[in-house]
Amino acid sequence: MVIRELSDVDTDRIFRALADATRRDIVARVTSREQSVSELASAYAMSFAAVQKHVAVLERAMLITKERRGRQQIVHGDPAMLRGAAQLLEAYEEIWRARSQRIEQILTEGNEKEEGHDRSERR
Amino acid sequence: MTVVSVDRDAQALTMTFVAEFDAPVERVWQLWENPRRLERWWGPPTWPATFEEYEFEVGARAHYYMTGPDGEKMHGWWRITAIDSPTRLEFHDGFADHNGEPVTPIDATYVVVTLETVAGKTRMTTLTTFTSAAQLDRMLEMGMEEGMREAMGQADAILAEVPD
Repeated sequence: MVIRELSDVDTDRIFRALADATRRDIVARVTSREQSVSELASAYAMSFAAVQKHVAVLERAMLITKERRGRQQIVHGDPAMLRGAAQLLEAYEEIWRARSQRIEQILTEGNEKEEGHDRSERR
Repeated sequence: MTVVSVDRDAQALTMTFVAEFDAPVERVWQLWENPRRLERWWGPPTWPATFEEYEFEVGARAHYYMTGPDGEKMHGWWRITAIDSPTRLEFHDGFADHNGEPVTPIDATYVVVTLETVAGKTRMTTLTTFTSAAQLDRMLEMGMEEGMREAMGQADAILAEVPD
């Protein structure tokens, strides 16, 4: 079962990390190209410290990795973890597939004996 | 029923599910508007839903519970934020305590349902936006459980036909 590949703690961290627009943007940037924290900070109208905080949240969720290169901290995206979130959504898709099938079933029944069903439903 | 498309956005944490039904828009709308109909499909057969309180009005809060195979109950609430009969419905869907009060911190998904007629069929689009993992996890547990149980049931049926 796909969902159990991630522990509850992992999942929770991922979703909390991605619940913020700036952090989603950071993930998108560093997944397409690695960059330094200062480079990232220059892209947002917020302090270096604030950006660093966002980076730390993403790092704890394992959505990105940070490595020190000389005086710079380089941030990379971790596509494997993002795929984890995608897998959760995939599992949720199954719920809607099942619901749609049940809706279809009710609609078909209705076609066959519309009146009888309406009456029994109202009880 | 045809699933037209499914779009999963892992960064924005949304899922857009589009399906078509061979019935008029009004009949599909009834399945959302009428709680007795809604509860026939909202929960899986192993976790059927019961809507105890359901007022189909903007601002109204619904209270429902889903009953598991061992009689355990999972409570949920809806808060309807938009109704444009019979084509659009928007609501928050979250977990509740046994009195129907939302659990804190509030932990809900936002659902936008759109119905439209496309080539004589009803196209239903549900856009779900997730805000937290805990809730998605619980929903998945119920949904996955259904999938697993059905799969197990099928496996049992096949095994029963195979001679020892």
